[in-house]
Amino acid sequence: MGCIESLKYEVLMRHVSFKEAADYVRKNCSEYYEVPPGFRIFDVNIIGVPPVLIGINSGMITFPFTKPCHGTFLLRLPGGDEIERVRKVGKVVR
Amino acid sequence: MTGDEKKTALIVLGCPQVPIQTSAALYLLSRLADMGVATTVAGTKAARSLIEVADPGRHYLQEIIDLDMCIQRMAEKEFDTDLCFTFVHNDAGVAYTATMAVISGAELFAVIFGGEAEERAAELEETACRRITAKGSHNPLPMKRRLDEVLDGLY
Repeated sequence: MGCIESLKYEVLMRHVSFKEAADYVRKNCSEYYEVPPGFRIFDVNIIGVPPVLIGINSGMITFPFTKPCHGTFLLRLPGGDEIERVRKVGKVVR
Repeated sequence: MTGDEKKTALIVLGCPQVPIQTSAALYLLSRLADMGVATTVAGTKAARSLIEVADPGRHYLQEIIDLDMCIQRMAEKEFDTDLCFTFVHNDAGVAYTATMAVISGAELFAVIFGGEAEERAAELEETACRRITAKGSHNPLPMKRRLDEVLDGLY
């Protein structure tokens, strides 16, 4: 997972579709943004089927992370400086 | 093939757990080389290793790069090709194809195989790509025929 592996992340969902990941973000994050596939965060490029949603909640970022052999995971981890970048670059949905 | 500049292609390999992937990728590399297309292969460490060991003399394989690095360079507009073939047999393959449709300007082809090929193909209905579908995991001949049909009409 590159840089993500060195961070304290929580796996919220495993082997989910992008629709399921987006539905989770819509239901559980007070603030969320749409980003294009390929958007870079925590030193990885997000792979995905649009709409790719990134959620922000209480200083945490929630986003889908795909590995070729293991499918898509929904991760949550401390946002740090990435929160402001998501707010600046992403298309606000809520 | 017409035009002065040499055409380029990218083959994006998926998880190598389905046997026909490496066979179909080498066949595609051979066909593209015969057409004068300079082709780069991107894949995970395991997928790259399978294809490198299968072609030790580099008769078919030209450039081969790490998948994550490939995506990063394409997202940053440092790298792109005229054609792109994504190998799809699972959800991740669908996601990589949808990503390529956004970050690449290439003519995009999804090479869809495996036991759930129809389901994967349906998931790509709204993605701007041509779907090359052959159900099955072990017999590469149906996929070879489908690749031939598409490649014969390319240039």
